[in-house]
Amino acid sequence: MAIILTEAEARALLTKVLSYSKADSCEVNLSGAERGNIRYARNEVSTSGALANQVLGVQSAFGKKLGTATITEFDDASLEKVVRRSEELAQLAPENPEYMGVLEPQQYLKASGFFDSIASLTPDKRADAVAKSLKLTRDAKLIGAGFMDDRNGYEAMMNSKGLFAYYPSTNVNFSLTVRTEDGKGSGYVARGYSDFTKLDTTAATRIALLKAQGSAEARAIEPGKYTVILEPTAAAVLLENIFFNMDARSADEGRSYFSKVGGKSRLGDKIMDERVTIYSDPTNAELPASPWSGDGRPQEKTMWIEKGVVKNLAYSRFWAQKQGKKAIPSPNNVLMAGGTQSLEDMIKSTQRGILVTKLWYIREVDPQTILLTGLTRDGTFFIENGKIKYPVKNFRFNESPVIMLNNLESLGKPERVVSTESDQNYLIPPMKIREFTFTSLSDAV
Amino acid sequence: MGFGTAGIILPTLPAFSRTISPEQLLEPGLDVVVKKRLADAALNAAKSQGATYTDVRIGRYLNQYVITREDKVQNIVNTESYGVGVRVIADGCWGFAAVVDAKSEADTAKAAEQAVAIAKANAKLMKEPVQLAPQKGYGEVSWKAPIKRNAFEVPIKEKVDLLLGVNDAALKNGANYVNSVLFMVNEQKYFASTEGTYADQDIHRIWPIFDVTAIDPKTGKFETRNALSAPVGMGYEYLQVNPADKVTGITTRYNKGYDMLEDVTAAAKQARAKHTAKSVEAGKYDLVLDPSHLWLTIHESVGHPLELDRVLGYEANFAGTSFATLDKWKSKDFNYGSKQVNLIADKTQVGSLGAVGYDDEGVQTQKWDLVRDGILVNYQAIRDQVQIINENHSQGCCYADSWSSVQFQRMANVSLEAGKTPLSVANMIKDVKKGIYIIGDGSFSIDQQRYNFQFGGQLFYEIKDGQIAGMLKDVAYQSNTQEFWNSCVQVCDESDYRLGGSFFDGKGQPSQSSAVSHGSSTTRFNGVNVINTARKI
Repeated sequence: MAIILTEAEARALLTKVLSYSKADSCEVNLSGAERGNIRYARNEVSTSGALANQVLGVQSAFGKKLGTATITEFDDASLEKVVRRSEELAQLAPENPEYMGVLEPQQYLKASGFFDSIASLTPDKRADAVAKSLKLTRDAKLIGAGFMDDRNGYEAMMNSKGLFAYYPSTNVNFSLTVRTEDGKGSGYVARGYSDFTKLDTTAATRIALLKAQGSAEARAIEPGKYTVILEPTAAAVLLENIFFNMDARSADEGRSYFSKVGGKSRLGDKIMDERVTIYSDPTNAELPASPWSGDGRPQEKTMWIEKGVVKNLAYSRFWAQKQGKKAIPSPNNVLMAGGTQSLEDMIKSTQRGILVTKLWYIREVDPQTILLTGLTRDGTFFIENGKIKYPVKNFRFNESPVIMLNNLESLGKPERVVSTESDQNYLIPPMKIREFTFTSLSDAV
Repeated sequence: MGFGTAGIILPTLPAFSRTISPEQLLEPGLDVVVKKRLADAALNAAKSQGATYTDVRIGRYLNQYVITREDKVQNIVNTESYGVGVRVIADGCWGFAAVVDAKSEADTAKAAEQAVAIAKANAKLMKEPVQLAPQKGYGEVSWKAPIKRNAFEVPIKEKVDLLLGVNDAALKNGANYVNSVLFMVNEQKYFASTEGTYADQDIHRIWPIFDVTAIDPKTGKFETRNALSAPVGMGYEYLQVNPADKVTGITTRYNKGYDMLEDVTAAAKQARAKHTAKSVEAGKYDLVLDPSHLWLTIHESVGHPLELDRVLGYEANFAGTSFATLDKWKSKDFNYGSKQVNLIADKTQVGSLGAVGYDDEGVQTQKWDLVRDGILVNYQAIRDQVQIINENHSQGCCYADSWSSVQFQRMANVSLEAGKTPLSVANMIKDVKKGIYIIGDGSFSIDQQRYNFQFGGQLFYEIKDGQIAGMLKDVAYQSNTQEFWNSCVQVCDESDYRLGGSFFDGKGQPSQSSAVSHGSSTTRFNGVNVINTARKI
């Protein structure tokens, strides 16, 4: 059996699975993916592999008693077995008072995240893309270490009330660290696309190569508060910690940054500069995403922070009902609006500051303020009178992205970036921030 | 994607896991005779396609998670993942392919052929062929973790009752919210290679955790305290309450038996007490670090930088490289730490997360020095790199987190040897004039070459003139690895030695997780830089 099912094949399979159900209600999720990856270091391929898999998950409910079972075999006997198994578990389980039942059929937006260029990738094409990158680093007598990972897959679901959803998608992530032979310079690049034809490993490699050469012989400057320009790759890993905290229940319960005294949340409050607008939209052409969430709720275009004001928090269906709110699911993509300035324009308008191209090992120090710590990495530069003057040694920072977005100077043009912490893709602009807090120096290159 | 929720975040289940009913977790996996036949089919197929080396891993990975909050069981998850991974060297290059639910010789042979094809496609990008250190075959061998009570045989009801009891105790003692989870893991893995080893192993791990939250309605602030348990390579006997395993003091800590109910009762009171604790004044302090805290500092500042693949640059694109370069090791006089510092790698330590009989390339496990009397003396290395440090035999620390992942160098248990002179924690504290006593692990961050780090904790106590003066909050310390370990002045004796550890240590691309323990006794470090982490917003 093929690993990647068409919409019609998925519908037929899920209909068959539901025909075995004897429970009060039943929900079935199906996903399949073919993945390939190639990894290299010291200008040589180190490990690489191929994987193919398909998983079927069945959730049965008798009243509020729930059972879930999944399987990776697809003959009729296995399909019936997995349904029976979920029903047996449901009969053994304690009642879950928060269970909300399955949804009626829903309407979804149209999103297009599938590209044949990735579905038809071969080991040789993958090796060719990496060969282009290796040629540049070898010719420049620099040392490359990189990773390319592609995925062709689909997700589908059906329930006993007749809801059906299907979404095919493809994705490729490419990342590369280039180091000088003496270990004094290091540069990085990461690219994520839904369409393989957009991935230019030569152009990407040149960026990491220039940063590696440009970051050698870094000077130490005093830690403290500086104006910084964060490239989108650096900004993403800070901002996603705001996104991770936008759960309504935690806010209402008083245990998140989004909580307020007296059991209220910050919903409706202005929490940052009015130029900050963060939203989700599965139909975005540059960052397409599934138009439905895992439980079948539609993913609509949703404002999370608009002009600095918290517009929405994510609700489970249970919590939304309890609070009398709309049950907006966690989004499948996150985008931030920006301006029109290029990174170069932002540097030109900076009297004195630091260009941060990447951040590393981000951890939450205090959830109350979303205070984060982490370090700069792979290219940090001092800016003076509108020009990059010289590379500087890496810093540790202790800063909250909420405070940071209150200290906003300007935003550039948004770009699709890959988080170096979570591997998520986002659309994020470069941003200039004043009084960003660096607390110590690091000798790391 | 997804906006997270407060409290414990669930780990991502291993790829291709399927959920099964509790009793099925006790069904035996494939018979060893069948596994050998499947492995031989792959070994032969790879050889006939031109592979010069092949290993096969047939894995059945069982997990059970019981997840609760307050008075509710949120979920009981049972997963089973079965499949086969085949790794080959062909034309001097590695290749790997994995296949789910492979139960026939045709399935494993096909994976072997795919692995050879990938190796050959990538061989054109290689300059030097892969070299393996010599390894003898052990024939047909087996190893079982010495557990006393298989956690998968314990009825679900007993586990649910324990966790709901824990939650109830938290709520009765001042917590507003509590999450508690039991993680249980059983790896049943079979390894075969063209060197002539067929190793069948049965590995168990368990980790009981909770977090409690106490809210101050007047200020709207919230404080948390996480469990002081350790993840361990044990069965359900870890949850057996035993007074001999308790370390009493300012708060009770635990050795080989964990009293979850007692710990959560203390945690709820301590989370509440943090609201009125003094906010730390930034500056230099002598730190007294409990093993429940120090394990993480050892992990990040010793375990990772002494992984040879990092030192050589194989992890440069993600985890990073290392300050502990080969020239420092070759000099034989690089002061990693003070004379009191002896750091040991050990894949044989009973009850530890890293203990196995044979690693994932068929090398019998062992114990070796990394730092002796403060001097860097060795690294952690596997078959395709160990010759670089002039060893002719792998140190046996190769691991893959699933049949579907490629095995590579992973951290052994790395531990600080206990002090040889008798010294109790009370006597250590008696000599400290201005210090902070830190218990439990908190936030952690270190640079990609492992110089600059910052660590938080769960509980902080001010030490003034040899006495504990009260609770502190908003504490984190920043230091540099070499400077920090050279500021080590005293290590308590063997009677205080305990293991901490990581259940989900990440490394590699695609990222893999591994479980590893770190032992130590309470240790004193002088003059460490402490920052205050409170912010107004």
